[in-house]
Amino acid sequence: MLLDALLLQLGYNATLVAIGAALLGTAAGITGTFLFLRKRALVSDAVSHATLPGVCIAFLLMAAFGADGRNLAGLLLGSAVSAGIGLWCMNWLTRNTRLAEDAAIGAVLSVFFGFGIVLLTVIQILGVGRQAGLEGFLLGSTAGMLYSDALVIAGGGALSLLMILLTRRPMTLVAFDPEYAAARGLPVERIDMLMMGLVMAVTVVGLKIVGLILIVALLIIPAVTARFWTERSDHVVLLAGLFGGLASYVGAALSASAPNLPTGPIIVLVSFGFFALSLFLAPNRGVLAAVMRHMRFQRRVHLRQGLLALAQGQAIYESLTLRLLRRAGLVRADGVATERGKARASKALRDERRWEIVRGDMAHEAAAALYDGLRDIETVLTQDQIVEIDRRIGGPREVLS
Amino acid sequence: MMNGEEFVPLSLTPMLIGIFAAIACALPGNFLLLRRQALIGDAISHVVLPGIVVAFLISGAITAWPMMLGAAGAAVVAVMLIEAIRRLGKIEPGAAMGVVFTTMFAGGVLLLEQTDTSTVHLDVEHALYGNLESLIWLDAVGWSSLLDPEALRHLPVELPRMALTLVGVCLFIALFWRALKISTFDEGFARTMGIRTNALGLGLVITAAVAAVAAFDAVGSIIVIAMFICPPAAARMMTNRLEGQIAWSVGFAMVSAVLGYVLAGYGPLWMGGSDAVSAAGMIATVSGVILAISAKFGPCRSRAGAPAGI
Repeated sequence: MLLDALLLQLGYNATLVAIGAALLGTAAGITGTFLFLRKRALVSDAVSHATLPGVCIAFLLMAAFGADGRNLAGLLLGSAVSAGIGLWCMNWLTRNTRLAEDAAIGAVLSVFFGFGIVLLTVIQILGVGRQAGLEGFLLGSTAGMLYSDALVIAGGGALSLLMILLTRRPMTLVAFDPEYAAARGLPVERIDMLMMGLVMAVTVVGLKIVGLILIVALLIIPAVTARFWTERSDHVVLLAGLFGGLASYVGAALSASAPNLPTGPIIVLVSFGFFALSLFLAPNRGVLAAVMRHMRFQRRVHLRQGLLALAQGQAIYESLTLRLLRRAGLVRADGVATERGKARASKALRDERRWEIVRGDMAHEAAAALYDGLRDIETVLTQDQIVEIDRRIGGPREVLS
Repeated sequence: MMNGEEFVPLSLTPMLIGIFAAIACALPGNFLLLRRQALIGDAISHVVLPGIVVAFLISGAITAWPMMLGAAGAAVVAVMLIEAIRRLGKIEPGAAMGVVFTTMFAGGVLLLEQTDTSTVHLDVEHALYGNLESLIWLDAVGWSSLLDPEALRHLPVELPRMALTLVGVCLFIALFWRALKISTFDEGFARTMGIRTNALGLGLVITAAVAAVAAFDAVGSIIVIAMFICPPAAARMMTNRLEGQIAWSVGFAMVSAVLGYVLAGYGPLWMGGSDAVSAAGMIATVSGVILAISAKFGPCRSRAGAPAGI
């Protein structure tokens, strides 16, 4: 069943939803990346909640003029207008008052959403009928999606992608360093507005599939996920698009494969699955990689300290150090150094003495700054410099045993 | 406008619950706002849903205490998850918050869809905008009922619970007033004075969560978010002193609750309609209007600080 769904074999409607969701997820992932890099991820929360009054007003207006209140294009237009107003309010609050951006986000989010709920109850009271579709915008509903709805969604997703393709360079620049971008003569404010416009477009298009409460997840989670895998912004953008598209596609297919699996929440949970995997498994930034890095470092410190202790004829009691030395064949089971162990130990002690001289000599200031107790001295000084330092220490002496 | 016979049973208790909920959220909201943690309220109110659903699945009934425990547990889990993701993944707090609360909310919705809740009143809409209007006091016959022990016993349970929460929130703020004030404005200084700022910050978030959960039970999550942010933000435009800000925010919260309830309940009647609109939504809307007015005309609205001439 699931395989059928993934291969688009579950009928016309499910196929439409899956393709629409994949396009939307890709656009959302890419747009969200810029937002995330600009450190304004939660702005999307305000934008998405601010769409609700617009949806309701558009419905009321269309119903009042005798049209079908559920026309998706009309509802989306209304939601775009009210999201725009919400965005403007938020910017006005942060620019003209002492409120910080997070407070402005929260204020816009709650007030617009509250007002939207008042309007929802008004629609219920007026009994304009067939309003059931509107609640679907809260959590998304793909059950009764029409071909025209899917066209609107696919078209919107494709259009947002095109806009991103055209403006990715300036947006990357602004996301990383707005001051530099301004100094380069880029219209930072207009680019910021464009970024927000794209967020708005994605939100509005996603209302039908994911719903306004959860669309934020599609904008934030893929970007955060992609960030784990790479340090290059263009790769983050591509990966975020990929993660977003894949999660949406798999989520939509999953939800079509069984009853009682609402599309929006499933898509969000699938993207969170990708996120959790990345959090643990990503190279470099992942938790597993960090733990392994830490353990490698720990082993190096213990080995080094063990060798120094051997060289100075001190007994070693610490069990991890003993184990490491034994495994490397540097000490015997009774803790006595082997020949190789003695050689490595005297080398370690000599290196330590060399470092001491390097660190005491202003001429080697740059090299001395690299001292961390583990670095091999050969990696920072030339052979000639080491010979020179050895001359100062004096010739090799017999190791105490 | 209305005599006691109608007012006391139908409007007094919802109004009082609304007022208590609004103040209980606005009080910690003041500190969250100043600490730039305003959106914690938003996150908490989203994650309450999975907590309640899980509590329902375990206890099998819609009863107050398991629900409260479940919601509070979910709030604590969310705060810990946000912190863990922020530290482990080195992700900025806003994005970490976005990841956690959307995922938990999605999980809650999914659980809800998977469970058979047709016999009980538990759905997403209810969680979002509550049902303030239904908290009526049917045993009351008029103002005299306030002195009648028999009628008082049948007060909606939400009222004493909300009042108790409000007292708890007030106690927390009063007890830790000095430490809260210092650590909110200068965390480094607070630490040098020996105040345990991390524990205090967590305490504040937990207090906020308790207020949110209690209010959520009665009035839905949208009011909670609005009351955490709008009254304190509006109060911030009116004064430069923390004491003044808190007083203003309490005032604004009360006005929002009363005016919102009245407008929702009677507004449509005045307009010639017959039914009331959502009180929770209207309260949030009124608080937004108050914020808009104070942002436009408040004496201390600009970032520069004190108004000209002082």
